[in-house]
Amino acid sequence: MTFVSEIWSFMKVRKKFWLLPILIVLGVFGGLIVISQGSAVAPFIYTLF
Amino acid sequence: MTYILGISALYHDSAAALLRDGEIVAAAQEERFSRRKHDPGFPELAIEYVLQESGISLAEVDNVVFYDKPFLKFERLIETYIAVAPKGFNSFRMAMPVWLREKLFLKDLLAKQLRKMDPDFTVDKLLFAEHHVSHAASAFYPSPFEEAIVLTVDGVGEWATTTVGVGRGNELTMLKELHFPHSLGLLYSAFTYYTGFKVNSGEYKVMGLAPYGDPKYKDLILEHLVDLKEDGSFRLNQKYFNYTSGLTMTSKALEDLFGHPVRKPETDQLTQFHMDIAASVQAVTEEIMLRITRDLAREHGIRNLCMAGGVALNCVANGKILRDGAFDNLWVQPAAGDAGGALGAAYAAWHQELKKPRKVEQGDQMRGAYLGPKYEDGDIARELTEVGAKFTTYENGEMIGETAQALADGKAVGWFQGRMEFGPRALGARSILGDPRSESMQKTLNLKVKYRESFRPFAPSVLREDVAEWFELDGDSPYMLIVADVQDRIRRQMTDEENALFGIEKLNVKRSEIPAVTHVDYSARIQTVHEQTNPQYHALISRFKELTGCSLVVNTSFNVRGEPIVCTPTDAFRCFMGTDIEVLAIGNCLLRKEDQDPSLKENYETKYELD
Repeated sequence: MTFVSEIWSFMKVRKKFWLLPILIVLGVFGGLIVISQGSAVAPFIYTLF
Repeated sequence: MTYILGISALYHDSAAALLRDGEIVAAAQEERFSRRKHDPGFPELAIEYVLQESGISLAEVDNVVFYDKPFLKFERLIETYIAVAPKGFNSFRMAMPVWLREKLFLKDLLAKQLRKMDPDFTVDKLLFAEHHVSHAASAFYPSPFEEAIVLTVDGVGEWATTTVGVGRGNELTMLKELHFPHSLGLLYSAFTYYTGFKVNSGEYKVMGLAPYGDPKYKDLILEHLVDLKEDGSFRLNQKYFNYTSGLTMTSKALEDLFGHPVRKPETDQLTQFHMDIAASVQAVTEEIMLRITRDLAREHGIRNLCMAGGVALNCVANGKILRDGAFDNLWVQPAAGDAGGALGAAYAAWHQELKKPRKVEQGDQMRGAYLGPKYEDGDIARELTEVGAKFTTYENGEMIGETAQALADGKAVGWFQGRMEFGPRALGARSILGDPRSESMQKTLNLKVKYRESFRPFAPSVLREDVAEWFELDGDSPYMLIVADVQDRIRRQMTDEENALFGIEKLNVKRSEIPAVTHVDYSARIQTVHEQTNPQYHALISRFKELTGCSLVVNTSFNVRGEPIVCTPTDAFRCFMGTDIEVLAIGNCLLRKEDQDPSLKENYETKYELD
């Protein structure tokens, strides 16, 4: 719950409410990816970090 | 007393730093303890060390500050993926699990880890500083200046890749920034990748390779890849790069432009082409940095410049900025990379969040960057005995004399004294030393001691008071972050035949009276040694000078390729036994290779993953 309120505050401060639907969709897709994968190994490319 | 713990973690070069009432107590990188180079993990061991150094527990720490803001970084990732969609799906697929499981919930993750050390730890002690604010704070607050321009340049933080701020007293105001994907650090990393070196660690090799080549592609880079403006701001043409959407740094268009494929690491030969590319990207980097610094000096009229961020480790560019004269004084944070972000985050909390005043002292607040663990003589002897080492114990003066004599005899000497350095450079606390007058020293150290590429140069440590005798520099460079040429009087004139040599063939030509530390373009990456910050090392070089007339030594980090710099006496003994280091001076114990049990030798050449 804290996380949700923090990300809400973040969007308010950054004025990026348009990110919300995208975040929800990404959350669902991302969640599926997480569920379908065994480990969360960091990729090696610099900018992803 | 107020304690602030700064942490950098989860990207690369994790580290911890502790401030007590605004003064640095200790700082160290996790890799030194975990023995994993550029360790990105939570810096548990480094935190344990800094707390132990100050004799407190985590419960007594008032604030813990993380060195960047994960939500902002996530925002950049998402917006970038949207901008390039549907390209970038593979990258997205790989990044999301880490973010959705870990990095997005960083606060919880940090709290969970910190509760292992203090079960009562509460999240309200946690603070977050922006990545470039952390860099800027690490550059300004410990500097010797009351007022300075603060320039940070790296790959990328959250959005920013280059920032400019002004520091006055305890205030640090960020003025402007360049945003991802337009990044000088990433441009350099892209060419590091293109020339077959590892991103995030091979940039130093590109810089070392550059003097073997001609910058013949500089104009091509500026014409096609970089839209550079008069004030040093720029945009990168993303057609030639792939880091926003793919899993490589460069795209096919870049290979087509230069007419060569990406060099395969370790298998493809380094050719003149790669050296010319290295020289070209180095020249472009210098051009950008000089335009930025000249413009800043003109705009603000402030005479002091502080720098941090990975690009600030480009000591060749630093030397040019200093000689350019736009600023009178330059101070670069010795841990300019992400490890130093831990220190900067802690400073930012102290001065900006808690609004505490700042003391400006002569010199700087970094104590020579000797901020890591120290071992007492008794502990060293006990540890060495446990690992089966044979050693002789000397009084301090005798130890200095014996070690200086070994150096004068041309031996490779391991030097382990006092507190370990914070930052990527060995500065005479965990160093391998040699005689700079020896013609074979560079080759021996590269191939038999460090097991690394033969083209890589070595740096001199020179007595501060003698620096101008040997180099075209008459100022301080205590952190090995300034490159300058060797003095004319000690240079050796090249014959026509030698002048006609190309590329790596230049390596074997003696260029000066101190060939082991003179690069092919007569430059040297100088460390000035100061009696106040490292009296032991100063005494050693002074003794070497008495014996030889030469007031400098070769200084390279105490490790082999791919290994983190040694931290403990045991690490040092193992590295000593795994390489051709002939003498090891560790505390007041002196070890000679011929006295050791040969069965304790191990193969260090293949022990660590190549960097």
